[in-house]
Amino acid sequence: MLRLENVLIEQGPFRLTADFTVKEGAITALIGPSGAGKSSLLSLIGGFYQVNQGRIFIGGRDVTDLPPSERSIASLFQDGNLFPHLMVVENIALGLRPSGRIDAQEAAQVRDVIASVGLEGMGERKPSELSGGQQSRVALARVLLQNKDVVLLDEPFSALGPALRIEMLDLVKERLAGRTILMVTHDPEDAKRVADQVIVVMRGEATQPVPTRDLFEVPTDALREYLGH
Amino acid sequence: MAAALVLFIVVGTLLAVGLGANGPASLGTADLAAIRFTIVQALVSALFSVALAVPVARALARRRFRGRGLLMTLFGAPFILPVIVAVLGLLAVFGRNGLLNEALAALGFAKVSIYGFWGVILAHVFFNLPLAVRFLLQGWLDIPVERFRLAASLGVPVWRVLEVPMLRAVVPGTFVVIFVMCLTSFAVALTLGGGPKATTVELAIYQAVRFDFDLGKAAVLSVVQFGLCALVAVLAWRVSGERALGAGLDRVVQRWDRGGLGVDIVALCLAFLFLILPLGMVVVRGLPSLFELPPLVFEAALRSVAVALVSTALAIAITLAMAIRGGGLISLVGALPLAASSLVLGTGLFLIVQPFISPPKLALAVTALLNAVMSLPFVLRVIQPAVAQVETDYGRLADSLGLRGWNRMRILVLPRIRRPLGFAAGLTAALSMGDLGVIALFATDGQATLPLVMYQLMGSYRTGQSAGAALLLLILSLGLFWIFDRGGRSDAAT
Repeated sequence: MLRLENVLIEQGPFRLTADFTVKEGAITALIGPSGAGKSSLLSLIGGFYQVNQGRIFIGGRDVTDLPPSERSIASLFQDGNLFPHLMVVENIALGLRPSGRIDAQEAAQVRDVIASVGLEGMGERKPSELSGGQQSRVALARVLLQNKDVVLLDEPFSALGPALRIEMLDLVKERLAGRTILMVTHDPEDAKRVADQVIVVMRGEATQPVPTRDLFEVPTDALREYLGH
Repeated sequence: MAAALVLFIVVGTLLAVGLGANGPASLGTADLAAIRFTIVQALVSALFSVALAVPVARALARRRFRGRGLLMTLFGAPFILPVIVAVLGLLAVFGRNGLLNEALAALGFAKVSIYGFWGVILAHVFFNLPLAVRFLLQGWLDIPVERFRLAASLGVPVWRVLEVPMLRAVVPGTFVVIFVMCLTSFAVALTLGGGPKATTVELAIYQAVRFDFDLGKAAVLSVVQFGLCALVAVLAWRVSGERALGAGLDRVVQRWDRGGLGVDIVALCLAFLFLILPLGMVVVRGLPSLFELPPLVFEAALRSVAVALVSTALAIAITLAMAIRGGGLISLVGALPLAASSLVLGTGLFLIVQPFISPPKLALAVTALLNAVMSLPFVLRVIQPAVAQVETDYGRLADSLGLRGWNRMRILVLPRIRRPLGFAAGLTAALSMGDLGVIALFATDGQATLPLVMYQLMGSYRTGQSAGAALLLLILSLGLFWIFDRGGRSDAAT
């Protein structure tokens, strides 16, 4: 369970308040116009920004003042999810140990997870030798191994073509089942496809999550304005 | 920690010279003459370097020709060239028995002398003309191509509407940077200057320590020297461009104005000859005796390489520690050594250690340390932006994976900054290899580095051996730079 309690982000004229609870094991989409603060909110939960006010809880534990790596959160960003100078296996191994030094048993785990995202035999390659879709799979493989309760996806697949993006989203839904996932998207179709519930971020506020089906069947005025119908 | 060390070395030694100084009363006429000479030669050197650089940079900016890349490499060479090697090369061209005087004699003219004021200027222009060219060329390349198109379509003279305004913006910074470099000139003044008419403050400090054993006077002169440099360095740091060290100068902007081809060819040929002839003469004169050098030269060479390697390791370690920290204070501390000269720091350390231990015992250690500190401003300027870029690109990912401390350095930072790191290490190694400054202040027999031995050989008119030593020093300096720079480039997978 992920809970934000009276959280306030303030950056110059920009203000965003958030007070919500996300169900454990659900996929929650954050939608809203660009500049509304979706990515900022995710960065805040991830621990890359300090909150101005309010607390963040994960599984009942107050993580507000913890560094990113100690929050039981795995993050995928829009870009820069892999170290380009490291091979696939090395990149993934960092998900197990920050030293990158793994034993034989852990190496086997890395091999298995590479196979499980369909990249068998590509462990020795550098990211530049992979396609965009394959790079996303490597990053996803690392998230799988990181074994954190919460996964934050900040449009990590937005540079892929539509077909590949859908493929990746389906893979996320399938392989990360059971984790609490928060994903930013600017495409309502993505939310409809994989999200159990939706948080709307606009006009300086992040709403309580609403089941996806309900939201799109009976959109609020604000959402209707954003969706344009 | 690292910043504190640098701060201690720079400020601590300054305190030492400040306390050791016993008032301006002890400055004699000769010292005042040295101060005047220092300022005048630096002004004239900067003036000639910049003025001569204008036609050369313009030619490089508007001409495309084969060998341009090679020429640009040649223009980068003086920065890592040991001063004493260049001096020997210049002597071979302009000296008493050099090419120029032989030609003059053959034509029946009187010989000219390279020693004294004009010799110092000549050497400074040799070192700083290429630097000025790189600064100005950057200025030219920063003029957007659209402006040239507009000027062409309007038919207005490019020189007046585009180039003069650009020069007005770029020239002052270039001038000040070269001025401050020439202010602290020691090796050039030591070899080509000297005497009452051509002694720099830096040289006067050396003479006070080495020949007069007058540490009080050395301290006063050091304070004067620091005051001068600090004043100008502050100015330089504010107005200087920072990109002349880097790459990206191989672009030629498309332009539509014709003419001036003759001027360009003459400017490029003269600049080329001015740089290549002394270097060529070092090779030509050095080759015959390269393999007959006495053992003491090779011992000195080994010592120099060791000092250069230690110095490089120190500089890189200090720089990395400072760059990781980042921030304005670090930049300021990193720039401090610019205001200090190697002899001022040397004198300060001399004063600090003297009560406890005989300074010559520390000659090599102090040289390695000071060479590292003196190269810091350049190294930091190369490394700090690279580290900052790595943090911008991959800092969040590293944070989310819990990469901290040495793991972050080993897994993320070091591999990502290999190229600038290699370049900076090469720079430090070459600068340290060729340094003839503080070592002259401290060293006694059996501790001399290669540049010092070479200077001693030149002083005792062993022309053959000094030429051989010069070639060896040239090879080692450029070789060290090349190895480190290569190391950074190889396997630079992205």
